[in-house]
Amino acid sequence: MSVSTCRSRMPPNQDDSPRSVQGLDAADRAIVLATQAGLPLVPEPWEAVGREVGMSGEEVLSRMQQMQARGVIRRVAAVPNHYRLGYVANGMTVWNVDDTQVTWLGREVARIEGVSHCYRRPRHLPHWPYNLFAMLHGHSFGEVEHQAEAIRELLGEACRDYRILYSSRILKKTGLRLAGARPSAASAEPERRG
Amino acid sequence: MTLDDLDVVDRRLINRLQDGLPLVERPYVAVAEELDITEGDLLYRLERLREGGVLSRFGPMYHAERLGGGLTLAALAVPEVDFDRVTETVNAFPEVAHNYRREHELNMWFVLATETPEAIDAAIADIESATGLPVYNMPKEEEFHVRLHLPV
Repeated sequence: MSVSTCRSRMPPNQDDSPRSVQGLDAADRAIVLATQAGLPLVPEPWEAVGREVGMSGEEVLSRMQQMQARGVIRRVAAVPNHYRLGYVANGMTVWNVDDTQVTWLGREVARIEGVSHCYRRPRHLPHWPYNLFAMLHGHSFGEVEHQAEAIRELLGEACRDYRILYSSRILKKTGLRLAGARPSAASAEPERRG
Repeated sequence: MTLDDLDVVDRRLINRLQDGLPLVERPYVAVAEELDITEGDLLYRLERLREGGVLSRFGPMYHAERLGGGLTLAALAVPEVDFDRVTETVNAFPEVAHNYRREHELNMWFVLATETPEAIDAAIADIESATGLPVYNMPKEEEFHVRLHLPV
């Protein structure tokens, strides 16, 4: 595991990418609706989507390339079920980090191996003092605790307290359903930790 | 379908496709060539992995905010005796994209995704009235990293 300990380093000066809303036209929106449940597993997937939304495969591909370039599509990818791949320990680690240092420390935490998502979120005092969230995934609880220890070391005295909240059951997982899709609630998929 | 059912090609395919499909005319051919298998074999394996639940889904991963939508993480402290009832109530909301039980006093954590950013508040109010519990809303204020990659 690679851990960068850089407590002594000055906060890097990086700009956050703009969070602007990217305008989607009706055709883009139709593609989103047609693909948010998944991409067809056929040799010509763009044509298959195109038949559904009334445009050519070429246009579907070109619009999806543009949406990816604009960051509307992060990527077209396989989303694994953590548990089925042996990642039985999935911990949401939450950290109470000094507000004046959380931005640059968050960027450093995000670089630690095993961290899949890392965000700053609001506290809810007095019950919830944690403002930095990092998702960790491991084959064992020990592995996740080891990863968490690396984060604790990195945060040093800027962190007052932390917790690891393991997921013990997936109650629902449908992915994002936007742009007008209103499917009935998918059934819960119970996945108990081993 | 579990890890034991996966052969070495399945594993390479899972690892490769977590990084993303190239957006080219025949994308499955492109990946099949990289893995030195046929397109038919790739499609067969991918379908089996998806049907077998090893993959939750395969397709475009949309960035909710850039689609113009609202997105937040929210939590509830659900009394143990009410847990199943509240699960059913919360899951029935189409705005609830993911919902996980976690071991903490705040024991239910869900992601809300809505058509517009403004609709988040309404969804939260509806969930509060349907469950009778206060919702702890924790929208992201800064994003440092989003990249799930689980090598097998």
